Amino acid sequence: MAKENTLGLSRNDYKGRKSTLCPGCGHDSISNQIISTAYDLGLEQHKVIKMSGIGCSSKTPAYFLGRSHGFNALHGRMPSVATGALLANRELKAVAVSGDGDTGSIGMGQFKHVIRRNVPFVYIIENNGVYGLTKGQFSATADEGQELKYYGRNDLPAIDLALEAIISGATFVARSFSGDAKQVQSLLQAAIAHKGTAILDIISPCVTFNNNDSSTKSYSYGKEHEIPLHEIQVLAPDYVEGKEEITIGDYAEGEIIEVDMHDGTIVRLKKLDRDHDPRNRMQAISVLEEAQREQLFLTGLIYYEEPRPTVQENENLIEAPLATISEAAMRPSAEKLAEVMASFR
Amino acid sequence: MCAFQAPTSEQASVSSEPVVNDFAFSVATSNGSGSQTSNNVLVQTLFDMGIPVNGKNLFPSNIKGLPTWYTIRASKDGYTARRATTEIVVAYNGATVAEDVAALPPGGVCIIRDDVAKIAPKRDDITVYTVPVKDLMDQADVPSAFAKRVENMTYVGVVAQLFDIPLDMIRTSLVKNFGGKEKPAMMNFAVIQLAYDYFKDNVEKVDPFRFEKMDLTKGKILITGNEAGALGAIFGGVHVVAWYPITPSTSLVDTIISYKHLRKDPETGKSTIAVVQAEDELAAAGMIIGAGFAGARSMTATSGPGISLMSEFAGLAYFAEIPCVIWDITRMGPSTGLPTRTSQGDILFTHYLGHGDTRQFCLLPASPEEAFEFGWRALDLAEQLQSPIFVISDLDLGMNNWMSEPFEYPDQPIQRGKVLDAEQLQQFIADHGKWGRYWDVDGDGVGYRTIPGTDHPMAAYFTRGTGHDEMAVYSENSETWLENMHRIKVKEETGRKLLPQPIEDYDSSKSIGIISFGTNEPAIIEARDWLAREGVETNCMRVRALPLADSVLEFVKKHERIYVVENNFDGQLNQIMRIDFAEHMANVKSLTLGDGLPMAARWVVNSILEHEGK
Ligand SMILES: Cc1ncc(C[n+]2csc(CCOP(=O)(O)OP(=O)(O)O)c2C)c(N)n1
Ligand code: SF4
Ligand SMILES: [Mg+2]
Repeated sequence: MAKENTLGLSRNDYKGRKSTLCPGCGHDSISNQIISTAYDLGLEQHKVIKMSGIGCSSKTPAYFLGRSHGFNALHGRMPSVATGALLANRELKAVAVSGDGDTGSIGMGQFKHVIRRNVPFVYIIENNGVYGLTKGQFSATADEGQELKYYGRNDLPAIDLALEAIISGATFVARSFSGDAKQVQSLLQAAIAHKGTAILDIISPCVTFNNNDSSTKSYSYGKEHEIPLHEIQVLAPDYVEGKEEITIGDYAEGEIIEVDMHDGTIVRLKKLDRDHDPRNRMQAISVLEEAQREQLFLTGLIYYEEPRPTVQENENLIEAPLATISEAAMRPSAEKLAEVMASFR
Repeated sequence: MCAFQAPTSEQASVSSEPVVNDFAFSVATSNGSGSQTSNNVLVQTLFDMGIPVNGKNLFPSNIKGLPTWYTIRASKDGYTARRATTEIVVAYNGATVAEDVAALPPGGVCIIRDDVAKIAPKRDDITVYTVPVKDLMDQADVPSAFAKRVENMTYVGVVAQLFDIPLDMIRTSLVKNFGGKEKPAMMNFAVIQLAYDYFKDNVEKVDPFRFEKMDLTKGKILITGNEAGALGAIFGGVHVVAWYPITPSTSLVDTIISYKHLRKDPETGKSTIAVVQAEDELAAAGMIIGAGFAGARSMTATSGPGISLMSEFAGLAYFAEIPCVIWDITRMGPSTGLPTRTSQGDILFTHYLGHGDTRQFCLLPASPEEAFEFGWRALDLAEQLQSPIFVISDLDLGMNNWMSEPFEYPDQPIQRGKVLDAEQLQQFIADHGKWGRYWDVDGDGVGYRTIPGTDHPMAAYFTRGTGHDEMAVYSENSETWLENMHRIKVKEETGRKLLPQPIEDYDSSKSIGIISFGTNEPAIIEARDWLAREGVETNCMRVRALPLADSVLEFVKKHERIYVVENNFDGQLNQIMRIDFAEHMANVKSLTLGDGLPMAARWVVNSILEHEGK
């Protein structure tokens, strides 16, 4: 018998349709991590919506969580569609997928504004440095000086989407590598618990157009050069409640950073080679600057801050989903209309 | 020009007989000088006197300084169209005084500021009253910071005195205009009083114009179309409003914001409506489409430039079949065009908005009452037809004050269309063996949808702009593609019947028909009376939605000659008719204006008489 999660569902129940991406595409492994994370967490799929823009990456919501509603929207404009959906129903959790072209070029405006509004959702950028779906043009995250067989040399500096996110006011910013399944899953779990826009910039190799060993977006480069900032452990609320004995006493001072999420989840970061406190905005910015300058592939939770009020809180919306409130709550009375009319006499 | 004598409803010259409640004046000032308050007070007071009245603001795209005109027309016969000429001008702007004075008919009246009078052209066939604005302001007890803004109150006092408007009524509407605040109202009123008294004591009235109380506005209201549309949306249960400011649509969303309190949950004080100012129209469209997908009622309001930006999203919503409402308060294009001038030039583009084979549902309101009704009805239709619904109004309706009957409360419960909850989905599958998002079981082209959050393992489907089959599964199969397009055509036919039908005034004895839409209505009502006096009897049809109702072709067939009257340059309604039934268009004549101004009856009459050879 297949294994089951807390809802009595198997991992298969969290799958979607069969992927039509190139075999070996980094995006498929991210879909797999989403499936595993949702299965492990026992996510109720009917409470999840899957949002995306346009691109190979944006096709992937069809390939995971088959029991969740999904919306493959327009190129660069997933953020606005997600915003509308989450205003309509604030009980939904949105998992959104975009690409480096979808976010870093055509969608840069919506990317920054959705963060600024603090729409609570998981925003994954499957970053391969090229436009996969239109056959391999440079994207805005391609390295300066990089050469591609067909399109030649990229003379423009790369845009760092994690840095752009922090500057725009993001309260959860992480970078990862689609080849690092464990880290991707941990970060996904933390992002799902975050009550604000959670940005995951995941380097996800395009095996067809940008997988030369020399490319910093290739598998081999990622495998050899990834430097995780921490070892990440995410403790779900029920887990935390049940197991009081987990203490940080086992670790030396300064070895552990704990981040408390609003739903009781704890993200525990164990120090590796470098000192990085993601709660320090200046440190987060300088670590990204350093990574860009020194060509370091640093991954992990780069920046975290207590989230600001969400878009629904700022709108002072009722707790229930707007989409399903009663007619009485939607239409003021005839007496009210008469009052309004009298004021125009 | 055709040879015609203007009948009484629009005089070419003024007789010396008393003229009561049947004349128009134009107020020429400069933008941002505070004249709007003066003009609103005059319109409100005439309305309170029971005299049918309209006020039209012809303003520049500028915050301060450029010339602006406001025309006020009183009509004992109830005509509310803009008048092409006015018998009276209030000339308070030196920059335009030459043209303002030249535009007066013989026998007209010029009320002029003394400093402007010095540079005004002289005419001996008009009456001139000079207002010593500086002297009056010197006597007034107005703090210097306000002096410039309050100056325009002098012409209110002069108009009241010359044309018999009771001062106490002016006072009442002034207080109302200041939201009940006595102090600023009285500061303004003191200036009105000074000007009134000065004219009473020093100036002899020699013109024939006078106002007299009537009772033709009893029970009516004065309101703009944008306010009406906003109230319609509030009473239509809109949940999510996303927008980006643009003239002339801004006041629609501003009004929604100011009535948000009507949609407060009484227990928690929290809101059942979200109003988000988006970063641009692309995002505004995305937000309402996301909200519609998730089961909410959503809308935006914009104008032509915003509609242009929304076109890709409009195509997506059309093809993915997502309910949402988009108001276009049309202004003059192409491009930035004349951003503060009215137009009916977006209907063709909006009707076909989106690349590929799209044909959008559009409603065409003509009055505040209809703007209110379409405000709530559009939200119903969007969910019933699972499609964007465009409401195409214009600057004239949206921003000018119109007399209106008070709005009628919606005469039907809210229509949420075909949405299955978990239980209904279970039943549907039991009854039909399966469920597919785009599966047309009823034969009306409209499938059953589920919304996110529905707790049923079969409820989910994938929304996309790419080719899909009736189960919402990706497909590039040609047959599947065509089947889907054919079904959407069936839905178009369903919509044709469900949308507001044309209003028809038909009498089989008449062989000439006029077809028009939207805010041309007042000009056409007046023009038909005028034409009848000239011996040209007409029938009339006002189209209220696109795609065109079947009765439009019937109306065309029933006449020897049809005039399609519209306020755009290219004859866009005429073109849409041509697309639908080109073979029946031989006797159809397109009459187009598109000069940026609300249509006046005189142009309609001239154009038709010319074609009728009279
Ligand atoms: C408005 C618009 N312009 C252009 C395109 C064509 N297009 C489709 S995908 C894409 C780029 C996708 O790149 P990215 O987001 O990096 O996704 P990837 O395929 O690399 O995963 C482009 C330009 C489009 N679909 N829509
Ligand atoms: S082209 Fe690149 S990004 Fe697209 S599916 Fe293939 S490998 Fe993945
Ligand atoms: Mg890419």
